[in-house]
Amino acid sequence: MSSFILLLGIYFGIYALLALGQNLITGKTGLLSLCQAAFMAIGAYTTAILLSRHPHLSFVYVGVWVILSGAIFGLLIGIPTLRLKGDYLAIASLGFGEIVKNVLLNADTLTGGPMGISLPIKSFDKGLFLGMVWLVVCLVLLGLIQLQRSHWGRGLEAIREDELAAQSVGLNTPLYKGAAFMIGAAISAMAGMLWALYHGSAIPQTFDSTLSIMVLCMVVLGGLGNYYGSLFGTMVIVVISELPRLLGFSAIIPAAVNQILFGIILVSLVILRQKKS
Amino acid sequence: MLQHLLNGLTVGSIYALVALGYTLVYGILKFINFAHGDVLMIGTYVALMVFKGLKSFIEIPFAFGIAVLAGMLSSALLGVVIERLAYRPLRHAPRLAPLISAIGVSVILSNSAALIFGTKSQRFDMPFNNTPIHCGSLVVTPYQGLILITAFVMMALLHVFIKTTRTGKAMRASSENPLVAELMGVDTDRMIRFTFIWGSALGAIAGILVSLDYKVYPTLGSLIGLKAFIAAVVGGIGNISGAMLGGLLLGVLETYGVAVLGIPVGYKDTVAFVLLIIILLVRPSGLLGSNKRDKV
Repeated sequence: MSSFILLLGIYFGIYALLALGQNLITGKTGLLSLCQAAFMAIGAYTTAILLSRHPHLSFVYVGVWVILSGAIFGLLIGIPTLRLKGDYLAIASLGFGEIVKNVLLNADTLTGGPMGISLPIKSFDKGLFLGMVWLVVCLVLLGLIQLQRSHWGRGLEAIREDELAAQSVGLNTPLYKGAAFMIGAAISAMAGMLWALYHGSAIPQTFDSTLSIMVLCMVVLGGLGNYYGSLFGTMVIVVISELPRLLGFSAIIPAAVNQILFGIILVSLVILRQKKS
Repeated sequence: MLQHLLNGLTVGSIYALVALGYTLVYGILKFINFAHGDVLMIGTYVALMVFKGLKSFIEIPFAFGIAVLAGMLSSALLGVVIERLAYRPLRHAPRLAPLISAIGVSVILSNSAALIFGTKSQRFDMPFNNTPIHCGSLVVTPYQGLILITAFVMMALLHVFIKTTRTGKAMRASSENPLVAELMGVDTDRMIRFTFIWGSALGAIAGILVSLDYKVYPTLGSLIGLKAFIAAVVGGIGNISGAMLGGLLLGVLETYGVAVLGIPVGYKDTVAFVLLIIILLVRPSGLLGSNKRDKV
């Protein structure tokens, strides 16, 4: 039982990172991106590729590479969308997610194809790993809150509220949006690294677009633009989605029911929120 | 070469049919109906069920015809219901809101289908003899013929409807400027319903046509939907001829990419996304779209 709670805590932490990254991009800056799973995959595969070739690299070193590669890929998806907004971005990012998954499945020599890569590391002590995950979450949260209070954070919110107005007061909006994407992607890549380390492997099926939608659901549930809300939303969704599986009920309650529930949460929350205002 | 063109046009006309659904809705509501792919998937399932139920009682071509009609009707109905429940309350909300709602609807539909019909893919028996016909060096299967003919007939019908009827004119007016159209006495809600009916019904046809060769499965709509959306953007979203052009272009490019340029089959789907990103960079308003700049 206690190991089960530890596991839930680890998942909570990893998903919380994804939700925080999504909230920076979607909640703060107002860009609907749907490829958190792809950013996470970048982090997981960077970790897996580095560690499977050089098993004795320190985690800090790997972490730096993970953050860098996440940021680079974030910029990569950011660039075509810097001049665009809203709806196009959602599709372009979905497309980006599909491309990443396609490459993972097909570039066998680099990614191991559908089988993925297993890491040559010993499995972690769950308690220790939980501490590690939450240390990262806390650092990220602190960083994001600092960012929010800074000149930069205000700029991002200005873009969300009215991009044209932000431009007209001299804000370099492409720069801000690109930066938001890079930071959000780097945070998700860290989540991917933790995921790969914990599971000792990176397989393409994990990084499905349903994962991206689940993350969006967490952020919408917690309230767009509210980081603490994202943590709360993540907790609710993790409990809903992982509890049946971890308790062994997954045979009775099919995974589709969870997904339907996420869908209903998305639709009804958005509508309720609109009615209130 | 000509053979690839024909194959590409066949795939492309499917994309075009689905792309019309996105473009019609976008024309008026200015938002992407993310659930479009799943609406057509449900229609395809309904058609499959009706076909399976009827084929032992009446002649197969008749059963197929009824099944197609049932599929179109159910998709159209579903489209209208979704618009009423999930999109209309958000019509004046910030742009992110209906988009998120549509994603939710899409998740609900595809997973409900998995729950009701099972995740295993099911076959749609070919309702006709599919021996290829050779004309010169060209090989055409009756199936390809059916797709091409149906797609072009449906697109022509839509074109005539939009250009000549009163309702079509009102639809165009609403998409030009909903507020002014409403002031002139156009019932915008009714026009929006019409776009959903047309879009969903055309989508259902596309879904049924595709699944004759492949299979029917709950995530059927997501990849077709994504590709068709790309087609709509490439042609210029909101522009009806653009959607048709974009669909055909995408189909041909994909086929040529694999057959002529030698892109591995595993990366076939990547062609579409790369095309999308190039178009967004070079000409964000699409091939036939008008380049409107945001004004304060």
